[in-house]
Amino acid sequence: MKTYEEINKKIESGKAVVLTAEEIIDYVDKKGIEKAAKEVDVVTTATFGPMCSSGCFLNFGHSKPRMRITEAWIDDVLCYSGVAAVDIYLGATQLRHNDPANMNYPGEFKFGGGHVIEKLVAGEKCQLFALSYGTDDYPLKEIRTMFDINDLNQAIMVNPRNCYQNYNVAINCSDKTVYTYLGVLKPRMQNLTYCSAGQMAPLLNDPFYETIGIGTSVWLAGSRGTVYAEGTQHNPTCERGENGVPVEGSGTLALSADMKKMKKEFVRGASFKGYGVSVSLGIGIPIPILNEKILKYTTVKNRDIQACVIDYSRDYQYKTGKVLTKVNYEQLIMQDDIEIMGKKVEISSLSSYNKAIEIAEILKDEIKRGDFLVSKPSAPLPMNQSVRGLEIKGGNGK
Amino acid sequence: MTKKLLLLFQKNQTDKPIVYHLVKDYGLVVNIFRAKITPDEVGYLVLGVSGEEQDIEKALAFLKSENIEINETDKGIRWDKDVCIQCGNCLSHCPTDSLFVADRKSKRVEYDIDKCIQCLSCIENCPFSACSSIYF
Repeated sequence: MKTYEEINKKIESGKAVVLTAEEIIDYVDKKGIEKAAKEVDVVTTATFGPMCSSGCFLNFGHSKPRMRITEAWIDDVLCYSGVAAVDIYLGATQLRHNDPANMNYPGEFKFGGGHVIEKLVAGEKCQLFALSYGTDDYPLKEIRTMFDINDLNQAIMVNPRNCYQNYNVAINCSDKTVYTYLGVLKPRMQNLTYCSAGQMAPLLNDPFYETIGIGTSVWLAGSRGTVYAEGTQHNPTCERGENGVPVEGSGTLALSADMKKMKKEFVRGASFKGYGVSVSLGIGIPIPILNEKILKYTTVKNRDIQACVIDYSRDYQYKTGKVLTKVNYEQLIMQDDIEIMGKKVEISSLSSYNKAIEIAEILKDEIKRGDFLVSKPSAPLPMNQSVRGLEIKGGNGK
Repeated sequence: MTKKLLLLFQKNQTDKPIVYHLVKDYGLVVNIFRAKITPDEVGYLVLGVSGEEQDIEKALAFLKSENIEINETDKGIRWDKDVCIQCGNCLSHCPTDSLFVADRKSKRVEYDIDKCIQCLSCIENCPFSACSSIYF
């Protein structure tokens, strides 16, 4: 019905009709799918939550004399330096050197890779400490220097897995508190945590990846980024509801963007008591309304998206596959508590629905102004694969 | 009426039975939320006092005469709305709904200090340190 080129022409002329994933629901209810598909050019989706599989490549430029960095720490957080001389990769979940972790259980994990990434984006000064064994061409063996993001040649965020299509709801059926990446879960099902933007979430608005693919332009914390690959653990053949929407983890995206153009309020280091550190990121993805089918998917409502409640005291750890029950996002987002197996359970969330709406609005404005074009994927995301586990087979060649 | 107060004690004041005087001399109902009174250290006491307005006024005058600093604005727990990302992780951990959803449609979280009983669970649970405490 519409092509990417036609939609981009409208965006460039400032005439594109753009609505958020929330607004489109009422719009289609009022106008009907057929009319709305003709009128609407783009629907903006968004999410803001912890994305552990995140990090960045940094290039420091060469010191005088040169140094081939073999070990590096930024603000005492270890970076990976097994790449070229002054390139390093800083991961979001790396702990700070000497963090007691869970030796003082439950650990506090006040500072780590995610916090360094937040500091870099905020333009704050950080300390690089780097070591080397020294070579003929790279004689320097040690560097300690202060720097900020503007001193770097490149700071490119490279995230192997972001934007999980859907996610587990975590609960604790045991008699003691469990500390997880989904927050602190109180004993005997007193609370639960979910982590999805529901009807705002990018991949829940495009459940079969018809517009979001490899090469899709994305808004990554305010910077223009791209989907560079399927995300790790991409699992399109998961269980889906009648509407095609996955009821579990399923699809994921690998994202990259220039960190120098990011906005600090959408890159936030996170500390999870008893678990570790991470980073929360804001992501927006535009969905071009090419036809009625694509539009129909974007009208998905919170109540039509289900999620599996999993016991994080045992079933998650041991991969039993047991699902206690299924709940929907209208219950999770709109209520303070929910009844699970006859018990009233308080609800927590790690995904910010409020920020997701804000990001969808920002992206909408950028598209309306003609600043953000939609892009046709260079390749689709895989549709016929599942995720495998690790079979422990014994090491040392035995 | 009920008033929530943060009292700050100097090093040499921590041996005085202040709460006793508030109850006995001014007839106030005292509800202590949090306290740290250690000899030879600066101490604090966060409490609610209920009673007749004039009795509370007299009690406040007594506290001032004892050189106890009264803070009626900063009550010991701070929630920084600019640090908060509105995720709502705190909601199931706050026992009094002091942290609550102020606008359901946009799921905006706010903090009402008057409901806060200073259990500090928000400080333990916020991944972004949006909540903090004085003298924690």
